[in-house]
Order: sequence, then structure tokens, then C-alpha cells
Amino acid sequence: MIPLPAPKPEILARRDTIVADLHTLLPADAVIHETIRMRPYETDGLSAYRQMPLAVVLPATTEQVAAVMRYCHEQGIRVVPRGAGTSLSGGALPLEDAVVIGLMRMNRILEIDFDDRLAVVEAGVTNLGITKAVEHEGFFYAPDPSSQLACMIGGNVNMNSGGAHCLKYGVTANNLLGLKLVTPTGDIVEVGGDHLDTAGYDWLGLMTGSEGMLGIVTEVTVRILRGPEGARAMLAAFKGTEIAGQAVDAIIGSGIIPVALEFMDKPCIHACEAFANAGYPLDAEAMLIIEVEGSVAEQDALLAKIKDICARFDPISLKVATSAEESIAIWKGRKGAFGAVGRISPDYLCMDGTIPTGELPFVLKRIGEMSVQYGLQVANVFHAGDGNLHPLIMFDANDPASFHKAEAFGGDILKLCVEVGGCLTGEHGVGVEKRDLMHVQFHPHELDQQRAIKTAFDPAWLLNPHKVFPLTEHA
Amino acid sequence: MSDLITPADEAGVVAAIQAAIAAREPLSIEGHGSKRGLLRPVQAARGLTTRGLTGITLYKPTELVLSARAGTPLPEIEAALAERGQMLAPEPPDTRGIFGVAEPATLGGLVATNLSGPRRITVGSVRDHLLGIRFVNGKGEAVRSGGRVLKNVTGLDLCKLLAGSHGTLGVLTEVTMKVLPAAEASATLAVAVPDIAAGVKALSAGLTSPFGVTGAALRIDPHGATALLRLEDFRESVTYRGSRLREDLAPFGDVSLIPDSADLWRGIRDAEPLGAAAEDAIWRLSIRPSTAPALAAALQAAFGARLLFDWGGGLVWVAGPATEAAHCAVTAAAAAVRGSFTLFRAPAPMRAAVPVMPPEAPALAAIAARVQAALDPLGLFNPGRMRSSP
Repeated sequence: MIPLPAPKPEILARRDTIVADLHTLLPADAVIHETIRMRPYETDGLSAYRQMPLAVVLPATTEQVAAVMRYCHEQGIRVVPRGAGTSLSGGALPLEDAVVIGLMRMNRILEIDFDDRLAVVEAGVTNLGITKAVEHEGFFYAPDPSSQLACMIGGNVNMNSGGAHCLKYGVTANNLLGLKLVTPTGDIVEVGGDHLDTAGYDWLGLMTGSEGMLGIVTEVTVRILRGPEGARAMLAAFKGTEIAGQAVDAIIGSGIIPVALEFMDKPCIHACEAFANAGYPLDAEAMLIIEVEGSVAEQDALLAKIKDICARFDPISLKVATSAEESIAIWKGRKGAFGAVGRISPDYLCMDGTIPTGELPFVLKRIGEMSVQYGLQVANVFHAGDGNLHPLIMFDANDPASFHKAEAFGGDILKLCVEVGGCLTGEHGVGVEKRDLMHVQFHPHELDQQRAIKTAFDPAWLLNPHKVFPLTEHA
Repeated sequence: MSDLITPADEAGVVAAIQAAIAAREPLSIEGHGSKRGLLRPVQAARGLTTRGLTGITLYKPTELVLSARAGTPLPEIEAALAERGQMLAPEPPDTRGIFGVAEPATLGGLVATNLSGPRRITVGSVRDHLLGIRFVNGKGEAVRSGGRVLKNVTGLDLCKLLAGSHGTLGVLTEVTMKVLPAAEASATLAVAVPDIAAGVKALSAGLTSPFGVTGAALRIDPHGATALLRLEDFRESVTYRGSRLREDLAPFGDVSLIPDSADLWRGIRDAEPLGAAAEDAIWRLSIRPSTAPALAAALQAAFGARLLFDWGGGLVWVAGPATEAAHCAVTAAAAAVRGSFTLFRAPAPMRAAVPVMPPEAPALAAIAARVQAALDPLGLFNPGRMRSSP
């Protein structure tokens, strides 16, 4: 288990006063301090870790966020921001002496402008909520993390969330124009704007993916895009992971950038097929789902090109969807992958490293060896175009030994990702989960450089001090 | 600048910076100095150039990734990519014409200035394609951020912070970029429009179509304007989308098809249609596209500004007299539409005298000063380049 910093006794001792003070800053229903009502806030998508906070506040405006931040800054109280609590890396995990600021009441869409291709939304609007608000005009918000039904745009900004369609449309950082945020000292500032490429330091870029350590994002100006005429998927199954990897290389090398290029290994294919009956080939060692966009004729032309390329790699089967319904069927298994694994194992850890795509066969072979060594099953899904690997490590949470083994296995996979030239996290963030692995990827002075930037924003280290960096005297 | 330090490798950069720390001596930081005329003149007796750090260190076409040392000339990188049918997708402008210099930009200089061309509207900016950096900070430490993979959220993203920081936070020594396949074919639709408002509407119609427009510029002509919309993809796609987009654009004016438009877009990328006179100042503004007509009217009324629009109307190149009065008109017009500006070219005394980019709010300026101190505690790098000392 990963340790949390020791709470400040003087803050815990003043809890009643602090709760009373928060009540003077916010409407009565916006302050939660009863144990039973704080329970939903004690954990997030990394549910193995739990910690009750000092109190929870649910502000409805940027000014209320600023009032709480000013107060906490003056009083030396730690703060943990929270969106929907879907983080898989413990990004929203509280501290015993911290006030949780939940942004879920800031859920208004403030402006939609199709001609200028932007929307201004509050931090608590869900990712899918943005697309739902613009899809009647054929528009969408591009990043699509698999939690998109629940996760909130403020959290997406802080974790720089990705999704299955990043290869073509980029991640959150590539789809933002501006932010309104509250600094750790309680000032309201705006960065970026309603236009591209603001002159000066790129605060928008630095804030994106900063995991709630630099400020509380309250409003986000996102780019919205007009969708393509249509999209269609195909499925290609291969006899080995290496040859499937070669097929991926050949597709990209031909100049085609599919909108999605997903890879599943044999255990994952089996789990998904048992769950979804999607018609996946059970004798395959590896399977690709490849999606293209455009008019029907353009889809036909691209899928024919890709099919020709795949045919050169001795496929077991190639199935091109001939309709939107067949596309949905092909995706059905993949989209249910996490649920499918959840059905064959009581619990699983979803890892999130990135590797150079050429290293895939080697990495999968090593993961297979580690699986035997740890005695834990693993299924791999992989955003093959961009190298983002999601091994699902199966374990039993009722058995502490099994959980510790799963954590160690996951750590070894991430170390392997770094060894082959990749990184610890592609889209889930460091959070608390990977905090103590940061030294694997960074030299001590590089971590100090990042910490110095955190200090520049938050001199007292009050905002989310227990995330991302191995604990030091700061936290 | 008589005294130019030219290290041959990163260790040499570290040594030069350690010497500068020991002497408390600020340095101007540059690659080939091709954009020395951009922003404010740097006040430093000595210069440090990365021109000695050259060469592509990694290129994996099927992984869409290229690394090169910071002083590698851009044409060398573009040629290596072209050989494999790939490109730097943000289409960086070649500013040699604007600044009247002979040497090409370097990769490090491109990242430090974050200048993107027409395709930026669809694929993102240089910083969006920046995967990893190595740089030396003002303590003389070599630091890495990012990496060589396409998806990476590990730790604070110093790549974003260093991109567009004009050499004020660190000396880039190596850069890793995401690269993309170059399209098989392209074509451009030209729409004759009566005025800027109609032109921006036509560009917007193209950019809100499902046809994947990858360039959307507006050229001002003597008796009207021409909206230019580019399509790039496989040949059959370009043909199909060209005919569909043509129908969508018909309500805005006469539409003609320009089949081979590479030179046209090279010109727009480099702001040639702006037609700036040699003695003119040039500004580069970023605005919300629908505010372009009001901004244009204000600038034309103030000093008869020459204008060129890109990015659907969101990027405005402005040329006019190199006077403080004209500069005030530009900054006021940008502020009126909540846009951003840079003074892109002007005589050195003018660049030293006026703010060359918008001021930051006091709370943000205080953070900026602390961030700068976190990277360059002694303020050695490019002092005064972006803003005058407080």
C-alpha cells in the first residue's frame, strides 16, 4: 500500500471551527461534514484506497471556490479537488486533514458557438454531456475516455484524458482553448481564451494534466468538431502478437491514420467473447479493431486498402462491417472489455503504460512471463496506434496477498514500459497509484524541477500534495 | 553580438551555462538566429547558439516519431520526412522572407517560438505535436520532459511550458516530435466574396462541414476578398469532398477549383499575400474567428492596415507603419475582441519600447515570475525577450 502524508494535528483539532467557517462561506447544503454523508467521497476509481476527508464542500460558482481556497490558504488547510471521482490512479483520493472541493454542482453549459467551433462549460459538465449538447448539429467533443458517461471535463483537463480516438483527434490538451481557474492562493485567473495559441507562457498546456496540483479549474472552453459523414469498423485476427504488430506498422506506414486502432490479446478476446458474443475468433492470438471515417464510398476505399494490407500477414479472419450495426457489433466486445474481465475475476487492476509500438511483441511476451511468475492472470487491451497499453491484472481483493502481488506485477509492467522507451502512464495519470514509481522514469533533479514548478503555484503545498511526486518534506 | 558560444553537444551547453552562472552573465539564446527580429531585443553581452547540436537521432516512420538535436536545420528534417512520405503536420512558416535572413530556422527555434502554419486549424500547433524535450535549465542541469511515445501524462508537462517560451526558461538541446503521413493529394476551393464578413462565414461553413478542411485562409484583394479552403487526403477523397464542399460554398460567391495549390499555401504560410512593405511593422493576432470583421474595420480605420487571415479568420497577419500609434491601435483592437497579439516584426527601438504581447493579470504575472525563477533563478536566459523587466 502507498502511504499518505501524516495529517496536521492542529487542523484535525480545529475541525469543528473549520466546518463552521465553511458554513459562513457557502450555502448550508454545500458543506458536508457528517461521516455517513462524506462516505461517497472517501475513494474514487482506484477503490483499493480509501480515506475520509475533513469535510466536503460543493460550491456552485467560481466565486465560492475562490472563497474556500482563500480561506484554506489563510488557515493552512489542505485541499483535494474532485470531479466525478472516476480516476483510476487515485487522483481524487482525499486526506484526513483536507477539504474536498467537489465541482459536480458546477454543471452548466454556458455557451455553444458552432460557427466558431467552441463551447464554454463549467468543470462539472460530463465529457459525454458536451457531445450530447452539440450532436444535434453533427458536432462532438473529441476526447472519449471510457468513463465518458460519468467523468467531468474539469477532471479530464486535470488528467489530460485520452480515449480510443486520440490517434486522429488528440487528447484533452489538443482540444482546449481556455480555462478559468482558482489559484492555490484563491485568485481567479483565466488562461488561454476563446482563440488559438495565446502569446506568452502556455499556462493552458501546463495546467492540462497537472492532476489538480496547480489550481482548481472551474470553467473550460473546449473546441467542438463537426463529425465525419460516417464511420465503420473492421476486425482482423492474427496467429501471433508479433505479426499483428507488423500489420499495425504496415497500416500506419501506408499513410493511413485510422480513427481508432485497437489491439486485444487472446485472454482479452476470450473474456470479451464470453461476455458479449461479438463473434470474435477464439483461435486468434491477437485481434485488431480498425475504424475509418468518411462517406460510405470513402469508408469502402479505406477499408479495402487496410484489408489488402492485413491480408499480407496471414490473418485467421478479416471481417469488414457492411453497416453501422455490424460496426457496433465489432465494437461491442471491446467496449465491454473491462466488464468482461470483471466477470471472470472478482477484481482487476487496470494498468496504463505507453510503449513504442514496435516494442509490443516483446512487451506482451514479458507480461506473459510475469503472469506465470506472479500466478495472476492478465488480459491486454492496447490503443495500438499510439502505444497506450492497458493490461488488466486479475486478483481477489478479499485476499490481501493477492492484492499486493497484483500491485507488484503492475509496477513491474510499468517499469518494463519505461525500460523499452515508454512511460508510466498514457492517460490515467500518476495520482497516488504510480507516485512511488516516478523515480523509474525521472532523475531526482528532474522531479525536483517539476516540484519547483508546483511550488511556484502553491508555495505551501496545500493543493493535492500527496499526488504525483514521491513524498518529501513538503507533504 | 560579437561573442557567440557554440557548443557541440549538450555537455558543452551545460558547461557554457555553468560559466554564465559563475560570472552572473546573461546570455542570448538562439539557434540560427533566424527570428532574432521577433519580439523584444535581448539585453545580453554574450550569446549561446545551439547551431552546433545537429542531426536526427531517431526516426521511426511507422511509430510516427522523430527526434533531432535542437540545432538541426528544419529543411534537413523536412527532407528526411518527405523521403518517407511524412511531414511536420503543423506546417511551420518559413520566416526568412519576413526577417530578411538567409539561414533557415532550427528545430529548437521552432519549438521555442511555437509558430504554426495553415494546417494548425485542423491538426493542432507545434506544441501539440511536441512529444519530448531535453533542455538545460538555469542551474546548469540537463532535464528531460515528455518522451518518445504519443500518449504520455507522466508528471507536469514541461514540454508545453518550454514551447513558445522563446528561450527564456531553458536551452533546448533535443526535441522529439510526432510526425504524420503527408496526404496523397490536395486541392483548394477559392470563393470570391464581397467582404471580410462574408469571407469568414465561407471559411466557417467549410470548417463546420464534415469534409475535413485543412486550410482556411482569406486573402484581401483590391475589390473584395478570396476565401481559400484546402482539402488533403487520398486522391479519390479529395475529388469527392471537393465536389461536395463546392456545393456548400456556392451561396457565398463564385467558387473555383485550384487543383495544384502547394505554392499558394506555402505563400499563405509565410504571409506573402500580406504584401508588407520592407519598412512596415508586422503583427500576428489570434482571435475568435467571428470577431475578425470588427477587428479588421478598426485596424483599417486606424491606419489603413494591410491584412491576411488564416485559421478560419482566427489568425490575423497585420502590416502597417512601424509607429507606436499603429501599435496602440493593434493592441486596442486585439483587447476589444479579447484576442492575443505579438509584435512580429519592427525596428529594434520600437520593439524595445512597447509591450510585444498582451500583459498578464497580476495574479498570473506573480506565478509567472516564480515559475521563471524555478527554471532560471538568476534570470540568465534571453532577458527582456518577452516582456520588459518589472
